[in-house]
Amino acid sequence: MKRLSWLHAWLMLLPALAMLMAFTHIPALTTIWHSLFYPARGSEPEEFAGLDNYRMMLDDDVFWQALNNNLWYALVTVPASMVLALAMALWVNGKIRGRSALRLAYFTPTMLPMIAVANIWLFFYSPEIGLFNKVLGWFGVAGINWLGDTDWALPSLMLMTIWKEAGFFMIFYLAALQALDRDIYDAAALEGASRWYRFRRLTLPLLMPTTLFVLVNAVLNAFKLVDHLFILTKGGPNNASNLLLYYIYENAFSFFDANYAATLTVVLLAMLILLALLQFGVLERRIHYR
Amino acid sequence: MLDKGKLHKGKRLLAIAVTSLAATAAQAQTELTMYYPVSVGGPLTQVVDGMIEQFEQQNPDIDVNAIYAGNYNDARMKALAALKSGEPAQLSVMFSIDVHELKDLDAIVSFDDVVETDEERQWLDSFYPALMENGKVDGTTWGIPFQRSTIVMYYNKDMFREAGLDPEHPPQNWDELAEMGQKLVKKDADGNVERWGAMIPSTGYPYWMFGALAKQNGADLMNSAGNETYFNKPEMVEALQYWKDLGSKYNVMPEGTIEWGTLRQNFLEGKTAMMWHSTGNLTAVKNAADFDFGVAFLPAHKNFGSPTGGGNFYLFKDATPDERRAALKLVRFMTSPEQAALWSKDTGYMGVSPAAYETDILKQYVAEFPPAAVARDQLEYATAELSTHQSGRVRKLLDDAIQSVLNGQAEPQEALDSAQNQAKRILSRY
Repeated sequence: MKRLSWLHAWLMLLPALAMLMAFTHIPALTTIWHSLFYPARGSEPEEFAGLDNYRMMLDDDVFWQALNNNLWYALVTVPASMVLALAMALWVNGKIRGRSALRLAYFTPTMLPMIAVANIWLFFYSPEIGLFNKVLGWFGVAGINWLGDTDWALPSLMLMTIWKEAGFFMIFYLAALQALDRDIYDAAALEGASRWYRFRRLTLPLLMPTTLFVLVNAVLNAFKLVDHLFILTKGGPNNASNLLLYYIYENAFSFFDANYAATLTVVLLAMLILLALLQFGVLERRIHYR
Repeated sequence: MLDKGKLHKGKRLLAIAVTSLAATAAQAQTELTMYYPVSVGGPLTQVVDGMIEQFEQQNPDIDVNAIYAGNYNDARMKALAALKSGEPAQLSVMFSIDVHELKDLDAIVSFDDVVETDEERQWLDSFYPALMENGKVDGTTWGIPFQRSTIVMYYNKDMFREAGLDPEHPPQNWDELAEMGQKLVKKDADGNVERWGAMIPSTGYPYWMFGALAKQNGADLMNSAGNETYFNKPEMVEALQYWKDLGSKYNVMPEGTIEWGTLRQNFLEGKTAMMWHSTGNLTAVKNAADFDFGVAFLPAHKNFGSPTGGGNFYLFKDATPDERRAALKLVRFMTSPEQAALWSKDTGYMGVSPAAYETDILKQYVAEFPPAAVARDQLEYATAELSTHQSGRVRKLLDDAIQSVLNGQAEPQEALDSAQNQAKRILSRY
């Protein structure tokens, strides 16, 4: 009897497990395997490279720059878009006029395809005909070569990413806020707790499960959302805005070097696994689930 | 409401479908799949579709599936991915400079292996030699020119007049470009630049623009075998210094990099008096410009010069003999003088053979609109576009070096030395 239910459980899990194996785990393993070979030349078989691809990576300045850029990119876009998302959610959760319209407005960037948006932002950022420099011009500030200046290219990408992401995360916060129990707030109000105190000691802790969820997603996105690079900067100028995944793409499809791309992918994968472990391991213990 | 016209059209389509179905049953149909890129403005996909339709009408036994596949990079990627996954693709238009890599990947066959008759062999020699430079390796033809360009200088004649310059005398050399550019720069009361003298795009294809400057300075970027580059020759360093000086010394161009994708718009909105751009943009500029503009050779230093650019037809290895013959037929049709003439007129790309310019269509068009012949005339001074083994990687080294100099991160000599050393290491295997 017991064995039957055990079998039953595995059978129920099988479809999902099969999909996960086929599309996640097996490709991940073959990626590691590919990273151990030199690129094939013509129809000759691939030659075993051992760890040579990894050595090449350690010597590769562009890899280090992309990694560095990516860390900064994550460090800025993740907190910024999360704080903005929470602020917007609190704002549209209140009883204000036209809040449906406001919610929709905040959510619009999420609904638009990244490539389409990037094509529009390309013109926003254009130094001569773009919106941003025109606005700066009204205040008598000299224009910036947003995407063409090594100092500004990455921040420009960050700005667009935050704009794009915040609305998406807002939806999660909004849903969580609406599920909060009003009674606790009424009790707190009776005790004479200030608004700030209520936010800090009630809302924030109660939102922690959502925050963890959003955080995990935001960190993942910071490493896997590179669509806009194709349109805006192609990683330039001189790699100033190159990100890891884009560099992987370049290697795989512009340089035909699937093996080096696999090597970089292994590193990215390892980093993401590490980050996920860290987030779940450390934060989960501090989170209060009801 | 029922639209009668539409209904008729529907019936007609149905009739065509039925006849073509019958035709399919009657004769063996050869199906061809080709991918092609578009990298400039304008509704080019419609032009290609129109050409394909005409070909199918003339050759009812061949069915062509022409797939627009984004820019050059995307097209190559999609075609190769299709081949890898066993999807059929018998031919494609891809970057002319991909030839070494496509050969290394063993993906293509040479046209010499497919042509059979003397007449066909002669056809291989019917194109402009400069356009064959990127398509031939060791005397064997791997790519047939289709959407080919050179870089030309577009300039705003109205602004030339306004600045007191002769609109029929665009800058002929580097010094004039700097001088005239300075006269064309316009600033507002606060000293902010409202209009630049010139713009040379430095994203997307910086190595291409640099190839022009290098050639003007009398040097080529690489050898034709594609296994040696000459990035740090003194001529190169001087050329890159001049490019940077246009921004930082002569102030005729913005500093930092200039976006390829928005440059045409900049020119059309009068934000720059001159731009260097692909001739493939000519028709789009002509249709959109509300001012008097001219097209000129790029200025000379030691001599005139521009690399050719654009896409060639390639034949994939993985095809049956019948498909190869059909593919050859299609390539011959698409590059025939009449089609090349139409294509050139509709886009601004070059007519790929001298015979194309002998057609009534182009003769008349060039007479009406002389800029259409500038790219062709410039061919005399043209050189091959940067193309090597591991082209993508080598190209990126040069692109990064150029962008680092334009952004003031490195001096031309050190940036080009470093690019050259790395390129040498990559190419040492070939």
